[in-house]
Amino acid sequence: MEAALATLAAAMREGIAPDAKLVGIYSGGAWLAERLGEVLPGDHPVGYIDVSFYRDDYGKKGLRTHVETTTLPFEVGGNRIVLIDDVLFTGRSVRAAINELFDYGRPESIELAVLVDRGGRELPIEAKYVGASVSVPPERSIVLSRHLDGSLELSIEDDAGAVR
Amino acid sequence: MLKAVNPQLNADGALQHLLTLEGLPADVIGRILDTAVPFVSIAERDVKKVPLLRGKTVFNLFFENSTRTRTTFEIAAKRLSADVINLNIGVSSTTKGETLLDTIDNLVAMNADMFVVRHGESGAPHLIAQHLSASERSHIHVINAGDGRHAHPTQGLLDLFTIRHYKKDFHGLSVAIVGDVLHSRVARSLIHGLTTLGTPEVRAIGPQTLLPTAVESLGVRVYHDMREGLAGCDVVVMLRLQSERMKGSLLPSAGEYFKHYGLTAAKLALAKPDAIVMHPGPMNRGVEIDSAVADGEHSVILPQVTFGIAVRMAVMSILAGS
Amino acid sequence: MKIEIKNGRLIDPKHGIDRKASLFVGAGKVAGVDEAPPGWRTARIVDASGLVVCPGLIDVSARLREPGFEYKATLESEMQAAIAGGVTSLACPPDTDPVLDDPGLVEMLKHRARSLNCAHVYPIGALTVGLKGATITEMGELAEAGCIAFSQADAPLADTQVLWRAMQYAATFGYRVWLRPQDAHLARGGVAHDGEVAMRLGLSVIPSAAETIALDTIFVLARATGARVHLSRLSTREGVERVREAKRAGLEVSCDVSINHVHLCEVDLGWFNTHCRLTPPLRGVRDREALRAGLADGTIDAICSDHTPVDEDGKQLPFAEAEPGATGLELLLPLTLQWASADRIPLGQALSKLTVDAARIVGIDAGHLAPGAPADVCVFDADVYWRVEPRALKSQGKNTPFLGLEVPGKVRYTLVGGAVVFEA
Repeated sequence: MEAALATLAAAMREGIAPDAKLVGIYSGGAWLAERLGEVLPGDHPVGYIDVSFYRDDYGKKGLRTHVETTTLPFEVGGNRIVLIDDVLFTGRSVRAAINELFDYGRPESIELAVLVDRGGRELPIEAKYVGASVSVPPERSIVLSRHLDGSLELSIEDDAGAVR
Repeated sequence: MLKAVNPQLNADGALQHLLTLEGLPADVIGRILDTAVPFVSIAERDVKKVPLLRGKTVFNLFFENSTRTRTTFEIAAKRLSADVINLNIGVSSTTKGETLLDTIDNLVAMNADMFVVRHGESGAPHLIAQHLSASERSHIHVINAGDGRHAHPTQGLLDLFTIRHYKKDFHGLSVAIVGDVLHSRVARSLIHGLTTLGTPEVRAIGPQTLLPTAVESLGVRVYHDMREGLAGCDVVVMLRLQSERMKGSLLPSAGEYFKHYGLTAAKLALAKPDAIVMHPGPMNRGVEIDSAVADGEHSVILPQVTFGIAVRMAVMSILAGS
Repeated sequence: MKIEIKNGRLIDPKHGIDRKASLFVGAGKVAGVDEAPPGWRTARIVDASGLVVCPGLIDVSARLREPGFEYKATLESEMQAAIAGGVTSLACPPDTDPVLDDPGLVEMLKHRARSLNCAHVYPIGALTVGLKGATITEMGELAEAGCIAFSQADAPLADTQVLWRAMQYAATFGYRVWLRPQDAHLARGGVAHDGEVAMRLGLSVIPSAAETIALDTIFVLARATGARVHLSRLSTREGVERVREAKRAGLEVSCDVSINHVHLCEVDLGWFNTHCRLTPPLRGVRDREALRAGLADGTIDAICSDHTPVDEDGKQLPFAEAEPGATGLELLLPLTLQWASADRIPLGQALSKLTVDAARIVGIDAGHLAPGAPADVCVFDADVYWRVEPRALKSQGKNTPFLGLEVPGKVRYTLVGGAVVFEA
C-alpha cells in the first residue's frame, strides 16, 4: 500500500495545480485525501464527499446503511478539484461524485487520482494520477481499510456482489 | 388468541412502511436518525436536491387538513427529486361516495410509488398498508402523516432527532411531555421512541381529563402538578391544545389551562438550566406556552422544523430503496 | 317420518342424560328415548356412531338482516347458516329496517321464516318506537304477533324515566324486557375498551363503568317495577360480579354473553383488526376470565352468537368507522366446545348454555328431548376440526375474527320439527 501511495503522491506532486482542492470519496478516498493533504507540498484544502445519494444502484440495493455528511470547506464553483478515490473499477462511484460536485457549483476543472486502478470500466472514466494498476478476478474486491492507529491497509477480499 | 402481523417490516425485517414508532426496533430508528444527518446539510446548499427518488411519484393524501405537515412532506419529496401530487380529500371519503380503499386503488392505477397519508381516524394507514400487501402491491410504500390520535411517526422521529442533536445521548435524560396526551398522536409516538431508545425518565404532565387511564403502561410517570413534573428535566415538550377541548367537559377555559399547565419562564426555571423547549406546532401562544419562552433561548422549536424536512427525506429514501 | 337416531352419545342437559342411547322422533315430536314406543316402525335410521346427539341449539341473539339489510344477508342464507350450525331456534333483535315496532312487520318476518322450513324464529320487539328511546311501543300487539320479549337492541336509552315507564308497562303484562347494560352517555363515541390497547391504538373508549352503572340502574328499576329482565351481552368482570350478587340477593334476572367475548379480549384487536370491532367492545384479559368463571358457576345463563353479518365494505374501513359485529351462527357450537375443553367443563354443562338455559330465557318449551318435546335435534361430531374460511361458511357474512383458525365440532344432522333439514 505504501508503495502505491508513494507513486500516487509523486505523480500528484508533479501534476496538480498549486491551488487545487482535494476531495476524497468516503470512505477509502476520504482517508487517502486526508493523508495526501498532509504529504503533498503546498496548501491543498481537503473536502469529503459521500456519494450515497447519487449512486445509480439505489433502485436495486436501497440506501447504504451508513451515510456520511459531505463536507466541503471551500466553494466548488470556479475551483480546480482533484477527486480522490481508493479503487477505480467500473467508474460509477466517480460518475456519482462528479454529479454531486456539480450540485454544489461549477468547477473550473476536475482531475481524478486513485490509489489502485483495477480496470473493468463500465463508463468512459480515466484517472490522471494512479498509484498502481492491479488485475483482480471480478468476484473479488480490493478493499482499503483503516486501523485504529490511523494506518491504512490494502487487501483483496471475496466479494458478495458489492459494486465499487 | 389471534395472530397480528406488524405490516411495517417486510419478511427480511426491512422497513416497508412507516406507520408507527411502536414496535420499531432501536436500530431501525437509529438508522433513520443517522441517515437524516447528511440531509440536514443538503438544505444549506444552493442546489437542495438529490436524485434518489427521481421518476417516483409521491401522493400526499390528506383527509385531514394540514398545510404545515403537507408542505414539509412536499418539500422533502421534491428535494429527493420525486414528483409530488397533493390530494386534499374531504373529512369523510365515504360521504363522497368513494371508500378509502377505492381511492387508493384508483391512485395505484395512476402509478403511485408512495402514499403519505393523514387521516382523522386511527388505523387508516394500517388499513391501506394491509390492503396493498393483500393485493400484492407491497412495493408501494405508506407513510403515516398522522392518524387520529394513534401515531405521527415522522413527528416522533424529528423530535428524537432534535433531542439527540442537542443532548447527544438518551440514556441519562429526563423528558417531560406536557398537555393533552389523551388526544395526542405526537405524544404517543414520542413516548414509544423515547422508551425504545432507552430514555430512563419520561413524564406525562396534565390534568386527569387529558391523560389516558392506562398511560403508565407506556412507561411514563404521571404528574398532575406541572412544577413537580418539570423539576430537573432536560427536555420539555409542550403539546398543542386544540380549541375543541375547551368546549365540552374536558377543560373549563384556555385561561385556566394556562394557569396550571402553560409553560412560563418561571416554571421553566425549575427544569435544568440547559433544558430545551420543544413544540410540534402550530403553537397557541398564551395557551400552552408563553410567547417569551417560545421565542427564548431554550426554545428549539424552529430547528425542529428544519430537522423535520431532513428526517422525512431520510424516511422516504430508506423506504423507497427497500 | 319416523326417524331413529341410534348409536349416538345422547346428551340432554335438562334431564341429566349423557349416555349412549337411541332417540326416536316422529310426527314432529320426540317419541321415545332409549326405547321405541309401542307399535313403532322406523322409516329412516340415522347412524350417529361416534357423534353427539343433543337438543337443537337455541341462539338468543342472531341478526337475520331482514327486513332492510338484504345486501348484508337474507333470511334464506342466514337460516341455512343456522341449521348448518345446529341452531334450531333463534331470537332476532329488533334493529331491522324498518325497526320491529310494527305488528305487521313481525307477522311478515315470522311468516317468511316459517315458509323456509328451517329454524324457528322468535322475534324480539322494539321497546320504544323506532328504537328512539322516547315512546313505548304497542307491546300487546307485538306480543300477539309473536314477539317473545322487548329490547332496544344496541340503541341507547338514556332517558331513565322512559326506561322506568317501559319496564313498568312490560311488567304489567308479564312481558320480558331484554336490556343491553350500557350507559348511553359514558359509551358515547367510544369504540373500544378503556384499557391499554385502546390507548396505544388511539381509539375512543367505553369504560367498564358504562356497563356497571347501567346494571345498577337496571337492577334498581327491576326491583321497583317487578319487570322480568334479561341482560344482553355482559362484558366486564365488575358486571359479572354485580349479577352474581343480585342473583344471590334474590333478584330474578338472567344474562347472556357472546361467544366472541368468551374467547377474545382487547389484545386481539392487533393492528386495528375490524373483525374485532364489536359491541360491547372486547375488554381486558381479566374481564374475559371473569366471564368464563361466570359461565362455569352459572352466573351467566346462556351463550349466544350475537350473529351480525356485515358486508366487506362495512369492515374495510378505519376501525372507528367500521360497522360493529361478527358473524357466528356456525361458530356458536364449535367455539362453545373449545371453551368447554379448555376450561374442563363437562360437555353436558356446556351444552346447557345453548339449550335448556337459553330456552328458559326465550320462554319456550325447547332445548330438551323428553318424549313429547318438539323434535329439534342436533347431531354433531365433537372431535373433527375444520378451518374457518369464507367458503366454509353458509352465512352471507364472512366477518369473523376467527378466520383462518381451526375449530372443533362439525354438525352432521339437524332436525327441526322432526324433519332432517340439514345433513353433511
